[in-house]
Amino acid sequence: MKLNRRSFLGTATAATAALSAPMALGQTRPRVVVIGGGSGGGTVARYIAKDSDGAVDVTLIEPSRRYYTCYFSNLYLGGFWEYDALGHDYGTIARTGVNVIHDWAVGVDRDAKTVALASGESVPYDRLVVAPGIDFVEGSVPGWDVSQQSLMPHAYKSGTQVQLLKHQIENMREGGLFVMVAPPNPYRCPPGPGERISMVGHMLSQSNPTAKILIVDPKQNYSKQALFEEGWERHYPGMVTRIGPDFGGEHVEVRPETMEVVIDGQVEQADVCNVIPAQKAGKIAELAGLTDESGWAPVMPGDMRSRMDENVFVLGDASAQGAMPKSGFSANSQAKVVANVIRGELTGSRIFPARYSNTCWSLIATNDGVKVGANYEPGEDQIESVSSFISQTGEDAALRQQTYEESIGWYNGIVADIFG
Amino acid sequence: MKKSLHILSLVGALVAPTLAQGQATPLGDASAGAEIYRRECASCHQIGEGAVHRIGPHLNRIFDRGAGTYDEFRYSEALVRQGRDGLKWDLRRLDAYIENPRALVSGTRMSYRGLSDAGRRADLIAYIRAYSDQPQNIPEAAPTAIAREVDLPESVLALEGDIEYGEYLSTECTTCHQRSGDHAGIPGIVGWPEEDFVVAMHAYKQALRPHAVMQSVAQRLDDEEIAALAAYFRATGLE
Repeated sequence: MKLNRRSFLGTATAATAALSAPMALGQTRPRVVVIGGGSGGGTVARYIAKDSDGAVDVTLIEPSRRYYTCYFSNLYLGGFWEYDALGHDYGTIARTGVNVIHDWAVGVDRDAKTVALASGESVPYDRLVVAPGIDFVEGSVPGWDVSQQSLMPHAYKSGTQVQLLKHQIENMREGGLFVMVAPPNPYRCPPGPGERISMVGHMLSQSNPTAKILIVDPKQNYSKQALFEEGWERHYPGMVTRIGPDFGGEHVEVRPETMEVVIDGQVEQADVCNVIPAQKAGKIAELAGLTDESGWAPVMPGDMRSRMDENVFVLGDASAQGAMPKSGFSANSQAKVVANVIRGELTGSRIFPARYSNTCWSLIATNDGVKVGANYEPGEDQIESVSSFISQTGEDAALRQQTYEESIGWYNGIVADIFG
Repeated sequence: MKKSLHILSLVGALVAPTLAQGQATPLGDASAGAEIYRRECASCHQIGEGAVHRIGPHLNRIFDRGAGTYDEFRYSEALVRQGRDGLKWDLRRLDAYIENPRALVSGTRMSYRGLSDAGRRADLIAYIRAYSDQPQNIPEAAPTAIAREVDLPESVLALEGDIEYGEYLSTECTTCHQRSGDHAGIPGIVGWPEEDFVVAMHAYKQALRPHAVMQSVAQRLDDEEIAALAAYFRATGLE
């Protein structure tokens, strides 16, 4: 009975699509182009292709053949996750019916509605989704630019940079100093730097217990701070020092050639230095004219539609949407709203109200997991948090272990949702 | 401690699955086991008179039954395969399965982290066993174990879910709960009976079940939305 109803609905949707699409858009199938194959772009491409059953022509433009998630790359650093297990390919997305092009998008002509590729080709669209993640703000940490990333890795886009950072920490001299230059708000993965410190602490406490960790932070506070600080005191006592803005954390300069970090005029000699610069939307968002003076791409809260162009949507880290953190979970959540809206506009399928959510799990030490999360809804001007929760200090070990196991379940779940 | 020693020696003595031959072997404290059952098992498995399959199969007469052998229940392939290969629920296997389900049957769909305390397992098994080889002990009155976890008006339970809306709402679930039904650390939710799904979500919504993420998800779902999700996940499990 209910199955019949479902198949009836399915038929009705297909019929609507068959009728409305040609009338609205001429002879060809409506075309969606997605720039960026991460948590936002991968999800939106797959969901539109899967749910429209071939009624929409979906193209995904992504230079990498294998995508390495940023989430859980800290766990790789700490020895809790295999590097290869961070990597995912586009085979399933392609088999869902998405045309996957491994190339760079180098420009968008929003009047002609085409995306220019590095190969010289041009790809036309009816709706464009831009999900390029982050780029770094040049000059945000004096003395550092991307040409220095082999001396002072950022390791903030996963991949080989994280392998390099791990290698450097493993080969640090006994009793050496690890320095992290933390980023100002807003940045990708708010608890990411704290989790990274935890993982470095875990590594060093086992292999190099007299080593020290110094965080230079321009922010007054950061995500899960009380949880991390409690954890460091318990698991890595005396190892971690943080210099916040009151003590010069916002006046930092680095000298990669000599591995010096200058904090408010004071020179520290580092053995390993992880520079996480200030961030902005991925370059293509700027080239497409979708960003504002903040460096991010402003969107409407109800459907992530660009404020610059009604045929363009911006997803994930690159967007300026309001209260949601820049995370893979957020991007995946936003992508589902966008997929529903785009499919509805192009095929006449039902459009439902936006609902967004996010949870971020972090690992502090072996079996010591914590989480923070919230529900979000569109407000008048931006996405707003409507309720939230966070792990508590002093929780018992069994609960922390359960939270850690849950985080592994989440990782397997989200990558299956996108790539699996 | 005493109990765990007891069960260990018993397991050691029982290489062949010859336990459930009607002899009343004291395994643990069945009345303590009843409470453990209520907390650990009852949200998925019914037991006692009138018990039927729900999220998991009912557990009447489980002792010495072959694994995965109720035709009308949809088991994981892994469990059916092991049953075909001879896995029977004798004391030793049941104890191992409850201790760590995936260690015994790696592909099982039972989303249970396991019960590590051997004494508590002994109590639980004593309780479950009373419904196997001593059917006269099954209570005649409607068993309380089958009472719903949350009191819900019949009108809420009777709502027919909008499957298409449920499919949209389900995209929030599938960030963590896999569509394939696979699970590790996060339970599978595909194919559940609708009523169990509805009861579980209302239990989270009313904070009767403790889990911050699930409480957060449930709190903004209204009755219709919960019904829509229940209908969708039931339907996908039958595909």
